[in-house]
Amino acid sequence: MWKYISRRTIQVIITLLIYLAVTYFVLDAQPGDITLQYENPRFTETQRQALQIRLGLDRPVTERFITWVGNMLRGELGDSFSESKPVIDIIKERAPRTIFLFLTAALTTFGVGYYLGKLLAWQRGSRTEYAVTVFGAVMYSIFTPWFALLMVLIFSFHFKWFPLGKFLDPVVWRGLPKEMNANLIFNRLMLTALLVAISLLAISILIRRFNPNHARHIFPGVVFVVAVFALLAWVVYPYAYLAGDILHHLVLPVLTLTLVNFSGTMLLTRTTMLETLREDYIMAARAKGLSERVVRDKHAARNAMLPVLSSFIIGLPFILAGGIITETVFSWPGMGLTLLQAATSSDIPLIMGTWLFIGILSLTAHLVADVAYVFIDPRIRYT
Amino acid sequence: MTAITSPQINIPFGSVHRAKLQRSIKNLKETWGLFIDDKIGLLGLSIIILYAMLALIHPILMKTVWDPRVYDPFLGNDPLVLSNPSPPSWRHLLGTDPMGRDVLSQLMSSTRNEFVLGLLAAIITVVLATSIGAIAAYYEGWPDMLLMRLADLINILPFFALLVVLSAFLKMNLWVLAIIIGILTGFGGTTIIFKAQALTIKVKPYIESAKVAGGSDWHVVFHHIVPNLMPLAFLNMMFTVTGAIFSEAALSFFGLLNVRMSWGIMIYTTQVSGYMLRGIDYWYLILPAGISITLLCTAFYLIGRAFDSVANPRLRQR
Repeated sequence: MWKYISRRTIQVIITLLIYLAVTYFVLDAQPGDITLQYENPRFTETQRQALQIRLGLDRPVTERFITWVGNMLRGELGDSFSESKPVIDIIKERAPRTIFLFLTAALTTFGVGYYLGKLLAWQRGSRTEYAVTVFGAVMYSIFTPWFALLMVLIFSFHFKWFPLGKFLDPVVWRGLPKEMNANLIFNRLMLTALLVAISLLAISILIRRFNPNHARHIFPGVVFVVAVFALLAWVVYPYAYLAGDILHHLVLPVLTLTLVNFSGTMLLTRTTMLETLREDYIMAARAKGLSERVVRDKHAARNAMLPVLSSFIIGLPFILAGGIITETVFSWPGMGLTLLQAATSSDIPLIMGTWLFIGILSLTAHLVADVAYVFIDPRIRYT
Repeated sequence: MTAITSPQINIPFGSVHRAKLQRSIKNLKETWGLFIDDKIGLLGLSIIILYAMLALIHPILMKTVWDPRVYDPFLGNDPLVLSNPSPPSWRHLLGTDPMGRDVLSQLMSSTRNEFVLGLLAAIITVVLATSIGAIAAYYEGWPDMLLMRLADLINILPFFALLVVLSAFLKMNLWVLAIIIGILTGFGGTTIIFKAQALTIKVKPYIESAKVAGGSDWHVVFHHIVPNLMPLAFLNMMFTVTGAIFSEAALSFFGLLNVRMSWGIMIYTTQVSGYMLRGIDYWYLILPAGISITLLCTAFYLIGRAFDSVANPRLRQR
């Protein structure tokens, strides 16, 4: 298992290097360089060459790439042209916002899609199935920016339930001590979620040893207790209202992302479930008198989950891409919005930095998915 | 030593072709029968026919009824309309946009662009993906490894983010965009699906007999493996069309594309001129382009899905 994980990690690092090299060389192959920005008649050819030498642009591209990778490993990504700040500072400031949005949206998307797909396959041929399938297909191909704007129009503008955009309300955040910033709250929220997830996972592994009939009654209670503990921790925390403010801003983007993305998972779950339902072990499970719910959830859905999960992981970059669109429409100042701004202002250091971040995020998602297979499918054993 | 000659059987040249034709017509009929069993696919087909009509009627209207100075989708302006945007009237069935151009004319002229873009991207994708998938599956060894690792690499790239970055450096118009989308999807995820399918075809007995009969590698790949990938190819074409139309609209919406008029630009114009969040009174600016993108994408997706159950018997209703 550990050997497998380390081998995969090395593969991921190599892939990342190739990915960065390709981007670097493609960007470099574009005509012109930064020194051409000085369109001043008094800026002579000699001066331009001097500037090129000073910026290292006279070196071969391979050498510059190796220098760039060396600097990257030391955490130096250069200065952004358009914001005159080090790129690494911009990333440190904005990455938590994107990661938080991305993780929440990915989890709700998968949850909703998987659950609905399961029900759809079970109710094959009913009128509900047709309605939900058509609705899903429409949501699958709906034009995201337009849909997001409609959501803003309806929920923020018309009903005024949610804020129009941004990720926090500056009025609420006024007059706080200096060390309190949004990233601290983001980190605490993610830590809470991580702890809850770990404790639930540990408990579910422990419970597996019990009789399944008892476990079914115990588990909801355990979830409830863990949730109460997590909530208590936040109620005691004096700055909980700040987290509340962020979550209030988070609802509409996550709702939009979920509605746009769930149907891919849902339709695929339906398809794989339909194939699974024809297997002999489903008939065997029914024949031995298990209730329909157990057959559906434990025997059919668990087996249908693996292809769905793998396709979901392959689709993760697309959720990230959807994140760019939603971040722009909701002016959620994360990495997606940064990439768009960097691209429109041809800010190469910032583009490379954001690109590095997106690459790391999607590669990590792939790695996590591969490891998660082991827990979901007991037939897979890595050595 | 006697030369081995293939036995000469006298079959009139035409009859083989006639039999082939009859068989393919019969296949087509069966496929059509399965296709119309699924009402969802028919719904998609009728939406596409509707939009194709819109695209075809537009040039005719411009030549006959509509005065180009008033109804040109990009430069037109109606001197009789005093304040723009104006709500729908008999003269402008969907009103005019903030710059006084006819919304219906914009909508119709963009439709043709979307079809061209979507189909071009889909054809490039399918041609690339079928040949690469068939070659990788047939030859194995290093071509397989190289092509599949490349596909993996493209697969992990966030597609839309890549297009955003590329559009910063290339002045992309519709053709360039279609080619880029075609190449990226053709070398990426689609290839993996095609290779998996080609692997199952490769072990079929008729491939073996084609080889024994003396068919060259080229012949086996392009006359036996590729034709059997066609149902899958058609299915993936539909999904690529959806993706291409969506990408074009999203890039135009961000103002990154060098296109005169498209559905994405219509939404972009509405948003930057501030009519997007002025309430539902301006529905004729907000709704038509968004609904069109959604409907056309959905239609291609639905056809693909209906065809999926034709190509894959396991999905049919018991």
